[in-house]
Amino acid sequence: MTDEPQRHAVIEVSDARVSFGAVKALDGVTMTIMPGECVGLVGHNGAGKSTIVNVINGGLTPHSGTIRCSGTVAPRYGIGTARANGVRCVFQELSLCPNLTVIENTRVMHRTLTGWGWRRRAAAIIKAKLDAIFPGHGIDVASPVSDLSIAERQMVEIATAFSQVAQPVRLVILDEPTSSLDASLATQLLAYVRTFVASGGSVIFISHILGEILSTSDRIVVMKDGRVVAERAAAEFDEHSLVAAMGSVVKGRDIAKTIKPTDGLQPLLTAPPRRGKGLPFQAFSGEIIGLAGLGGHGQTDALVDLYLSRTGSWLNGRAPQVTFVAGDRALNGVFPLWSILKNLSIAHLSGLSRRGGMLDDPGEAALGQAWKERIEIRTPDVDNPILSLSGGNQQKVLFARALATPAPAVLMDDPMRGVDIGTKQEVYAILRAEAEKGRTFIWYSTEMDEVCLCDRVYVFNNGAIVAELKGDDVTEKNILAASFMGAAA
Amino acid sequence: MRKILSSDTIRLLIPALSLTILLISVFYLQPRAMSYTGLNLLFNLSVPIALATIAQMLIMTVNDLDLSMGTFVSFIACVAATFLQATPVLGILILAAAVATYAAMGVLIHVRNLPSIVVTLGMSFVWGGLAVLILPAPGGQAPEWIRAVMISKPPFVPMAIIASITIAVVSHFLIMRSSFGVILRGVGGNARSVERAGWSIIRARAATYALAAVFAILAGISLVGLTTAADANIALRYTLLSIAGVILGGGEFTGGRVSPIGAVIGALTLTLAGSFLSFLRISPDWQIGAQGAILIVVLGLRLLLNRLERREKRA
Amino acid sequence: MTRLAALARRPWIWSFVAALTVWAATILFTGGSSTVGLSQAALTFAAFSILVGIGQMFVITLGPGNIDLCVPATMTLAGTVALKFMDVDNTLILPGLIVAIAIGVAVGIGNYALIKLLQIPPIIATLSMSFIVQSTAIWTNRGLRIKPPEALAKFTTETSFGIPNVAFVALVLSVLAYVLLQRTVYGRWIAAIGQSIRAARMAGIPVDGTRFVTYILCAVLAAICGYLLASFSGGAALNMGSEYLLMSIAVVVIGGTAVAGGDSNVPGIWGASLFMFLVVSMLNTYGAGAGIRLIMTGLIIIAVIVLAGGRNPNQR
Repeated sequence: MTDEPQRHAVIEVSDARVSFGAVKALDGVTMTIMPGECVGLVGHNGAGKSTIVNVINGGLTPHSGTIRCSGTVAPRYGIGTARANGVRCVFQELSLCPNLTVIENTRVMHRTLTGWGWRRRAAAIIKAKLDAIFPGHGIDVASPVSDLSIAERQMVEIATAFSQVAQPVRLVILDEPTSSLDASLATQLLAYVRTFVASGGSVIFISHILGEILSTSDRIVVMKDGRVVAERAAAEFDEHSLVAAMGSVVKGRDIAKTIKPTDGLQPLLTAPPRRGKGLPFQAFSGEIIGLAGLGGHGQTDALVDLYLSRTGSWLNGRAPQVTFVAGDRALNGVFPLWSILKNLSIAHLSGLSRRGGMLDDPGEAALGQAWKERIEIRTPDVDNPILSLSGGNQQKVLFARALATPAPAVLMDDPMRGVDIGTKQEVYAILRAEAEKGRTFIWYSTEMDEVCLCDRVYVFNNGAIVAELKGDDVTEKNILAASFMGAAA
Repeated sequence: MRKILSSDTIRLLIPALSLTILLISVFYLQPRAMSYTGLNLLFNLSVPIALATIAQMLIMTVNDLDLSMGTFVSFIACVAATFLQATPVLGILILAAAVATYAAMGVLIHVRNLPSIVVTLGMSFVWGGLAVLILPAPGGQAPEWIRAVMISKPPFVPMAIIASITIAVVSHFLIMRSSFGVILRGVGGNARSVERAGWSIIRARAATYALAAVFAILAGISLVGLTTAADANIALRYTLLSIAGVILGGGEFTGGRVSPIGAVIGALTLTLAGSFLSFLRISPDWQIGAQGAILIVVLGLRLLLNRLERREKRA
Repeated sequence: MTRLAALARRPWIWSFVAALTVWAATILFTGGSSTVGLSQAALTFAAFSILVGIGQMFVITLGPGNIDLCVPATMTLAGTVALKFMDVDNTLILPGLIVAIAIGVAVGIGNYALIKLLQIPPIIATLSMSFIVQSTAIWTNRGLRIKPPEALAKFTTETSFGIPNVAFVALVLSVLAYVLLQRTVYGRWIAAIGQSIRAARMAGIPVDGTRFVTYILCAVLAAICGYLLASFSGGAALNMGSEYLLMSIAVVVIGGTAVAGGDSNVPGIWGASLFMFLVVSMLNTYGAGAGIRLIMTGLIIIAVIVLAGGRNPNQR
C-alpha cells in the first residue's frame, strides 16, 4: 500500500467548507492525496465532486478549512500556487481555445515556451505525450482544435495536462475524462494512468462508469451532499456496494402511482428516436413523465428540441401547445432587469392584451397577485425586482410563468437545482394538482427522489432513450441500472 | 477520415479567389493595367487601408470593435503632415502618447467591462476634434522621407505590391506565428482558459490595443505619403472599410478567428472593386455599393462552404 | 424629498439636468438676448437627432451586438428619392412621405434578411447594406440639389405657437414610441429579447418576428427623418446623414438606455439630443472652435458610459 507515514501528501485538504447561497456544496471535506496513488472519486450530480476539484486546482477558495501542499500550509492557495505545485486539471467542459492549433494550445498552457523555435519544441512535447498515452492517435498537432472531433479534443486536453515543461507534474485531476472517448481510447488512458501512478505521480479520477473506477483506482472516495460518506481501498468495493454507498438514504416514499391506460389514446406530444437511436418519445394528457439518466446525456437537448419544434420564432399563436421551465435560471430563465410581475406574466402576454397588443394592466396585476398567493412567492410586492428574491423563489416565479399559460404541456429542465427542500415540497404538490386537472409535465431531473415521483420515466444514455419505466418499476435501482446499461456497452 | 482542407484554409481560400477573379476581370477589361504602372495605380491606395485593416483585426482578435479607426487614422495623418514634418521629436512624442491612449482604452474597457463600441465611438469624436485642432483646413505637408518611400519605384515589382506583401508577412508572423500572438488569439478564443493557465487578460488586452495603434499610425503616415497633404476628414471611410476588410478576409467578430493575410487580401479586394467598376464603365456612383455587394457575396459563399463542410462532418 | 429621490433614480433625468445647465450657461453668457432663438434652434436640430435616436434605441434594446449602421444611408436615400418624386409639387407632399416610408420598410427588410440569411452579426449586415443604399442614393442624386415643395419647406422651417413644427413631429412620434415600448406586448418582447435572447425564446416570444419588425421600425424612422431634414435644409445632400451615424448611437447612450440592451428610455433621448446641440452652441458662444466641441462631445460620451457601465456584467 502507498500510505507510508513518512512521505508527505501531495495535497491535503482538511475540513473544507463551501456554500453557494443556501446550498452547502462542501460540508467539511477532508481529503489527502499521497504520491503514487490514484484516487477514485464518485457520487451523484451535486454531491460536491466538482467543487472539491475546484478547491484543489485553486479556482475556488473554500470558506473555511486549510490546504497543505507537500506538508506545508499554503496560506493563499490559488491557481498559481496549484500550478507551481504541479497540480493539473482536465476539466469536464473542454477548456481549449478552439481557434488555436494543438501546438498553440500547448503554448498557452506552458508559459516558458517562448523564443525561436517554440513551435518545434511545443510540437515535440505534445506529440510525445499523445504518442505515450494514445498510441496511434492520428492527431495532426498543427491543425486547429475546432477541426478536431470531441474525442480528439479530449485526448489533446489530457495529453496537455500530463505534459511536463518546467515544473514537474505531480497530481492530475481527471474529471470524467472518458465520457467522450470510445472504449479502446478509454482503455489506453486508464493504462497510462497506471503507468503514471507507478512512476510516482498522483491522479484524482472522477467517472460515472463504476467499472473504470474500480479497475483503475487504488482508493475510492464516495461523496454525497457535500460530504465524504465512504473511503476505502478499491479492492474492498464492488459495483453493487459502490452504488449502495452513493445511493440516497431517503427511500420508500409510498405514493400510490396510477398507471393510466394509454392504449388507444391520442398522445399529446411525440418525438421520434433521437438521432435514429433508442426508443421514441410519447406523452399523454395528465401524465408526469420523468427524463432520467446521468447528467448531460441529452435530456436538456431533447426538451429544448421538443419546445422549439412546437413554438414559432416568427409569429406567436394565441394558444401555445407547450411551455418551458428553465433550470439554468441565469442562462435561459429570468429577465434580470425586470420586476417579479413582468417576469411572471411574460409568457402569457397574448392572453393579457386587448386589441392592438395594448397591455391590460389591471389584468396583469390580478394575475400576479393570484399566483403570488397560490404558490407563496415570499415578497411584499410583486413589483420588486426579480433579483431581490432568493433562488428558490425565483424558481417559483418561473413555475408560475409556465403554469399561468394555457399550454397543456409543461417542459421542465431540472428546475429544482439549488432549491431548498421546503420549496420543493410546495412545488411537488402544485405539480400533482395540475396533473390531476389534465396537464402533462415532462420533467428532467438530476435528483433521484424527484424522478421517482413520476408516473413514467424515460432513461437517457448518450443522447438516446435507452429504457422506459412505468408505475412501480420507477425505482432508484431500476433507473441506476438502466443509466449504466448503455454506458458499459 | 481526414479532411483535405482545414477550415482555416477554406477561410483564406474565398478571399484569395475573389481577389484573383476580380484581378483577372480587370486585366481582361483593360490589358494595359497588366503593367508596372498599372498595378501601382490599381493598388496604391490599398497600403494605408491594409494597415488600418490589420489594426482593426487586432482589436477584433480580442472580441472588440473599433469605431474610431477612421478618425484616428485621420488624426495621425494630420500629425504626420504637421508635427512629424516640422518638429519630428514632438511628432514622435505625440504618436507615443496615442499608442499609450489606446493601451489605456483597452484597460478601461476590460476593467469596467464596457462595450468597446461605445468607448471607441466617444474616442472617434476626440480624435476628430484633435485633428480639426491641428489642421482646421486641408493642408500640411508630408515628411520628405515617407513621400520618398511611398513613391519609390523598386525594380520589377511596384511599391504597393511589395508593401502589401510586407504588411501581410510581418503581421502574420506577429499574430499567427509568434508565441505572443498565440496568447492574444487565445484571449479571443477562450479567455477563461487562458486566465486559468495563469496569464493576465488585462495585459493582453492593453498589448493588443497598443499594437493596433501602431498599425493605425503606420496607416496614417503612409496615407499622407501618398496624398502629400492631409485634412481632418481624410480617412473617415476607413472605419467601415477596415471592418469590411477583416470580415472579407475571413475574420470573425468573436472567437479570436482572424487571418492577417486574409485581411490584407480583403483590403486589396475592396480597393480593386472601385477600379473594376470604372473599367466596366459603370458610374463611380456604384463604387461603395460594389464594395457592399462583394462583402455580401463573400459572406454568402462562406456560409455555403461552412454548411457543406458541416454536412460532410456529420456524414 | 422622497419624490425627488425617486426622480433622481430615473436614468433620463441626468440628460435633462445637463441640457438645462448648458442652456442656462449659454443664456447667462449672452445676457439673455438669445433665449428664444437658442431654444428654437435647439428644439429644431434636436428633433432630427430624436427621430433617428428613437429608431436606434429600439435596435439597441434588442441586446448586445444589435446596432443599425445603415441609418445615415437610409436618411440620404429617403430624402433624395422623396424630393425627386415630389418634384417641387405641393400636392405630392403626402405621397412623397409614403415613398420615404416605403424606402425605410425596404431597407429594414433588407437588413434583417441579411442578418438572418447570412447569419452574420447585425453590425456587419447593416454595414454592407449601408454601402449599397449609399450607392443607390448617390446614383439617384447625381449631384443635383432638388428643392423641396414650397409648403413642405415652409412647414419644416417654421414654428407654431413659438415651437418648431419639426419638434411637434418628433413629440408625436416620441409619444407613440413611448406607448409602444411601455404599454404594448411588442415593447415587452423587445425588452425581454435584449435581456436574454435565449430566455425570451424559451418564454415563447417570437424572437425572429420581433427583431424583424424592430429593424423595419428603425429604418422607417430614419427615412422619415431624412425626408424632413432634406426639406428643412432646402434639398437633399449626399452627406446629409453622415453625422447622424455616431449621433444616433450617442444620444441613445447618453439618454440612459442600457447599451447591453433590455432597458430603453424615450425621455432620455430628448434630454440627450438637446444636450448634444446645446453643448455645441455653448462652446460656440464661448468662442471655442470645432475641434474643442468635438473633443468635449467625445469625452462626455465616454464619461457617461464609464459612469453608467458595468451594471450588467454578465452581458457584453
